[in-house]
Amino acid sequence: MKLLIVDDSNIIRSKIARALGAYGLEVVGLAANGKDAVARAAATRPDVVTMDLTMPEMDGIECIREIRKLRPKVQILVVSALADKATAIQALKEGAQGFLCKPFTEQELTEAIGELIEEAQNG
Amino acid sequence: MDEAQLRIFVSILQNYFERQTTRAAEVGTPFLGEANALPVFDYTGVIGISGARRGCVYFTAPGDLLRDLLLRVGESNVAEANLADLAGEIANTISGNARRDFGPDFMISVPVVVRGRTQSIQMPRETKAYVIPLRWQKHRAALVVGVN
Repeated sequence: MKLLIVDDSNIIRSKIARALGAYGLEVVGLAANGKDAVARAAATRPDVVTMDLTMPEMDGIECIREIRKLRPKVQILVVSALADKATAIQALKEGAQGFLCKPFTEQELTEAIGELIEEAQNG
Repeated sequence: MDEAQLRIFVSILQNYFERQTTRAAEVGTPFLGEANALPVFDYTGVIGISGARRGCVYFTAPGDLLRDLLLRVGESNVAEANLADLAGEIANTISGNARRDFGPDFMISVPVVVRGRTQSIQMPRETKAYVIPLRWQKHRAALVVGVN
């Protein structure tokens, strides 16, 4: 499965790429802001996206909307520091399938992605 | 900001180091900082706060702490850009986690990173800044919370 990683922090992108690359996903793109993420989603056609919310240029919620228009069946896991319930609910309403709060461990990340993929395959 | 609210930041700070490194940070007693003598180490990640509350939250640390922390979490690239990135990410994570208690009207900016101990961080006027000192391994750092 092809993975696009969206986060304005280089070290978070690197951590996610390491963990999910080892998990078996093919990292096809890295983006540091929402606008770049939409362009890379169009170019690389990912199956799975990890999405930060607080980013420059275009925030994660708007980015989810745009990517979902391009790839209606894409699986999106939000990975964000924003820990309030209202934000998680909004992200899920906009089309994300999962929400993982920072700080996270590699095990929590792979479990969250595993659940997302399993649900997609069963659904 | 009252004592209970400061405790929220203390708890988030402790949780960050425990979860990321499995080695707890020693968090000292918060104190009211002097406007012209707030702590600044090599790298400072600053988050602007807007919405129902206004001000800023910043995390400041020496390069050695950030380097050790990167290695501890499996990141071998300890170039200066990644040290700055980590300072910003810690400030972002702590501020974002505070929304669990303060709610979605506690709006946070993207991080701005200031490099160098000679810089000073100015709080908005009439904003009290509380310093939460911490020690992780042998390194000292601080979280500064100045929110009305």
